[in-house]
Amino acid sequence: MLLRAPLPPSYVNFVGRKLLRFILTVQGLGAFALITLGVMVTKFGAASRVIHPLVRAHLSRSGVRLLPMTLFVSFALGLVVIGQTVSLSSRVNATQFLGMVIVTVVVRELGPLLTALIVLSRTGTANVIELGTARALGEVEALEALGIDPVHYLVVPRVIGMALGIFSLTVYLILGALLSGYLWAFLQDVPLRPGDYVAQLAGSLRVLDFVTLALKSSLFGAIIATVTCYHGLAQPLRIDEVSGATIRAVGQSVILCVLLDAVFIVLYLVV
Amino acid sequence: MSAEVIFELRDVTVPSRRDSETATIAGVNWSARAGEFWVIGGLQGAGKSDLMFMLAGLTKPLAGSYTLLGQNMGEHFGDEFLPNRLRVGMVFDDARLLNHLTVAENVSLPARYHHNLHAEEADAWTAALLKATDIVEFAGNTPGMIGRHWRRRAALARALALRPEVLFLENPLRGLDARHTVWWISFLQRLWRGHDLLRGKPVTVVASTDEFRPWRTSGAQFATLHEQKFEVMGDVAPEDDVRMARVVAAAEPSDTEELLRRGENAAPNR
Repeated sequence: MLLRAPLPPSYVNFVGRKLLRFILTVQGLGAFALITLGVMVTKFGAASRVIHPLVRAHLSRSGVRLLPMTLFVSFALGLVVIGQTVSLSSRVNATQFLGMVIVTVVVRELGPLLTALIVLSRTGTANVIELGTARALGEVEALEALGIDPVHYLVVPRVIGMALGIFSLTVYLILGALLSGYLWAFLQDVPLRPGDYVAQLAGSLRVLDFVTLALKSSLFGAIIATVTCYHGLAQPLRIDEVSGATIRAVGQSVILCVLLDAVFIVLYLVV
Repeated sequence: MSAEVIFELRDVTVPSRRDSETATIAGVNWSARAGEFWVIGGLQGAGKSDLMFMLAGLTKPLAGSYTLLGQNMGEHFGDEFLPNRLRVGMVFDDARLLNHLTVAENVSLPARYHHNLHAEEADAWTAALLKATDIVEFAGNTPGMIGRHWRRRAALARALALRPEVLFLENPLRGLDARHTVWWISFLQRLWRGHDLLRGKPVTVVASTDEFRPWRTSGAQFATLHEQKFEVMGDVAPEDDVRMARVVAAAEPSDTEELLRRGENAAPNR
């Protein structure tokens, strides 16, 4: 309530209010994430015949239905990054670094992050709007009146569906980018045989890459689902506040995904 | 032998459902026994919905003691109340169906969730509920595609899905025409006396209303809400005209003139 009071004309007050708002958001998001985790553990297997179809529906929404868009982006990524890298490295006789560059740029960084952004823009925003509208129309209270835990029914399927969806799409995006990258290089008459290309990639990949790829992409999904559900569900909303909540959710999801990415970069450097 | 006490309020302060720190009604002393039928009247803004939300266990009393189905709602709230929650039905004024589900899916959801059923396993019970509330033709529609009168019936069917022992209804007759009004009162009477749908077991019914007139012959007991006070009236419904006169008398002279002027403007041409 205090954060909505008229702002005195002072820069310190402005910064202070932003800082307070940031702390409250972090606190709220943290609490919501813990509640969601708690519900996932305590209600594991409960109402499975209602929850499992919902998980499948959200997996389809955050995965299968986004496959065409993801493949389109993967081909563009192949052209922009791999096609040009292959072409450039062959011109300066540096093809021996090709695998390392592609694995670092596409497999470790751009693949998971781009997929997360695609899912955030298509499904994450829809999450906030759907849940925000449901909250504003009193559907959450209706669920409570029926003894149905809103977090179990509305949030848990989204978190699981989005985590699995982003992981699967990331795999397709990376494969598509690697394939299309070689295709672009081939069209530019770059003297690189497919066997050498695959050998370069295989030589640069480590077991850690597969583990972190799965972990990172799934966590991106969990973060986006949690943040978007938090903004749609965790606080009372009016219909006219839903658009603002969507904007906040997108901004915070991007920031948190980038921060998580930074943590993984540190992990790579240390291990 | 007297019937089981369903709920009991002792000096309860009812919170606003929008702001849980603000009181809307104070000093409520009231109890209802199994098989009773209550109608709570009050003008708009009197706090009827706040009272119904608290009675249904959706908000916590600000002060006093509220016992619902033997459980103190001031101490045991939330998940601790879940076993008893399934014995309570709530029908909202604006239905509050889940908009992404069809009417049939909305109606079957409570039974499917709490008894862990596949959709087809709940089909027969859902069909019976839809038939009883006369909304079979809307089964495949989403709530946005049907009128609000039918949505409210779907909300009633959903509330009955777990065979509740006590049913709270938030202003069920608001905005209904005569046909729907007669249907609702007749259906609630059948529930109160023991409907076949619920294996003949009587349901304790508590409904709120803007005006008592339609309920006068329902057989219910009455209570009123006025100026943050709750008053039990007994078996005889207060006259709506008398209640209105009390409001006018309590208003400032300038307000009274305004009310009379509005009344004249609203009067039909003769």
